Amino acid sequence: MRTSTVIVSALVVGSAASAYWTPTKPQPWSEEETRLVLSLGLASLPPLPADPSNAVADDPDAAALGKALFFDTRLSANGKVSCGTCHLPERQFQDDLPRAKGVGDTARRTMPIAGTSYSPWLFWDGRKDSQWSQALGPLESAVEHGTDRAHIAHLIEAHYAEQYVALFGPFPTLDRVPDHASPNGLGAALDNWLVLDEAQTEAVNRVFANVGKAIAAYERTVTPQPSRFDAYVDHLAAGEDTSGLLSDQEEDGLRLFVGKGECTKCHNGPLLTDNFFHNTGVAAVPGLPDDVGRSVAVDQVLADPFNCLGPYSDAEPGDCAELKYLGKAGHEMIRAYKPPSLRGVAGRPPYMHAGQIATLGEVLVHYNTAPDAPDGHSELAPLNLNSTELAALEAFLGALDPIAKEDQP
Amino acid sequence: MSNLITRRRLFWSVTVVLLAVGGIAAAKMMQPPPADLDLSLGKPTDQGLYTASVEPGLSPITVGTMHGWVVQISTRDGKPVDHARIAIDGGMPQHGHGLPTEPEVSADLGDGRYQVEGMKFNMPGWWVVNLLVDGPAGPDTVTFNLVL
Repeated sequence: MRTSTVIVSALVVGSAASAYWTPTKPQPWSEEETRLVLSLGLASLPPLPADPSNAVADDPDAAALGKALFFDTRLSANGKVSCGTCHLPERQFQDDLPRAKGVGDTARRTMPIAGTSYSPWLFWDGRKDSQWSQALGPLESAVEHGTDRAHIAHLIEAHYAEQYVALFGPFPTLDRVPDHASPNGLGAALDNWLVLDEAQTEAVNRVFANVGKAIAAYERTVTPQPSRFDAYVDHLAAGEDTSGLLSDQEEDGLRLFVGKGECTKCHNGPLLTDNFFHNTGVAAVPGLPDDVGRSVAVDQVLADPFNCLGPYSDAEPGDCAELKYLGKAGHEMIRAYKPPSLRGVAGRPPYMHAGQIATLGEVLVHYNTAPDAPDGHSELAPLNLNSTELAALEAFLGALDPIAKEDQP
Repeated sequence: MSNLITRRRLFWSVTVVLLAVGGIAAAKMMQPPPADLDLSLGKPTDQGLYTASVEPGLSPITVGTMHGWVVQISTRDGKPVDHARIAIDGGMPQHGHGLPTEPEVSADLGDGRYQVEGMKFNMPGWWVVNLLVDGPAGPDTVTFNLVL
């Protein structure tokens, strides 16, 4: 009885395996590995999730306005900085610098944009819970755009009134709203904000939020592009010959990625990120202010008037499960940061939240040796991979580069 | 003589501890869930005060997707337990971390059924979900295992 069960099981496993495995080449994948590898392919990416907090998220006119705003340097203190200054479209919407430079020097690495529509948390520390709310942060950061919401509202009225009204309805009156005012401002901008009446603050905040919603509509059109790895996964899923789609070294790296390298602990799913927060013992940058990551961002996102549950969100309370049930900050959130998507990672050094590590090879050495965290507790344990294995992992990460448009099938 | 025994004991204790630590480290490296893991979604609570069952609102449960569960609490002879207070937590025993969210009971559905919202698992592997049930018979706990 038992023997027959074993035989039948073996036959079932064998036939399932033959669906994936090609007869021409001995296929190294176990059933569990196959399941994990398939889960990382772009074919597993669900359709763009709705953003109920942004009523114009999928409106092409909003995306067109958002694109214009994204590249408009007037939305800055010195007239020289736009979103596109650091988020360069031809560079995966990042800037190749250790830390972004706006009107001043920032303390964090510019993040790429593709796939962020799928993330419940934005920024390295997740202090924003939507793309539209995220877009507002840099505008008022003293070292990024260095401007303020009243100035933005006046600019919209002066230069984009027609598009704005078509999308969001009548422009609110900004009469007697000073040129510069913001609750996050310094000096006169703060003082000006404090004397505005409720209708004035509501009008400015409403226009400011809608600027974020238009920019987010544009950012939703920035989607992850297929890589050689995705072609490999598609062939594997279809039971077709995968020969030549990845080199032997890249295939070895993939096996380590889903196995001994433990990469899928955090870099999982088709975007190769779990969109949560992890302390991986990355060194602090000397000279920068203390940075404790997610541990302070939880309170920030809960208190943010531009969050999913706030008055400027278009969502119903029932749409805001991520915010409502978010994990509160504990010890493990100290210096915890969001793993970025690894799609295109080989093409955008330097790495980590403040550009601490110059090359991908050094990043892998970091994970292999698992140094202690400067604060909090690192989740890493040493991997003890040898140099051949590290080289294979690095080679595999290169296969996640987007295929140039002209080379796509 | 007794000194020698103590030393021997010490030697073996240290060896056993070192082997155990090595074993734990190896287990963390390879992430194998225990082979005999109880994956049932209905079972008696630890002290036998209730029977608890769970019905995930997502089948199969996928990594990273927020979803709800329905929890059913019954007495041991099968009668529904209403107005129980239920707390939920969980985590990955092999990684030493909890859930990425803080799920809560959002509605008492009646007939001993409770709607839980905020369930999310952000990594593949072995997860546990713990319920603390406080009903007429007193507080009791129960743990469910999932492998994603």
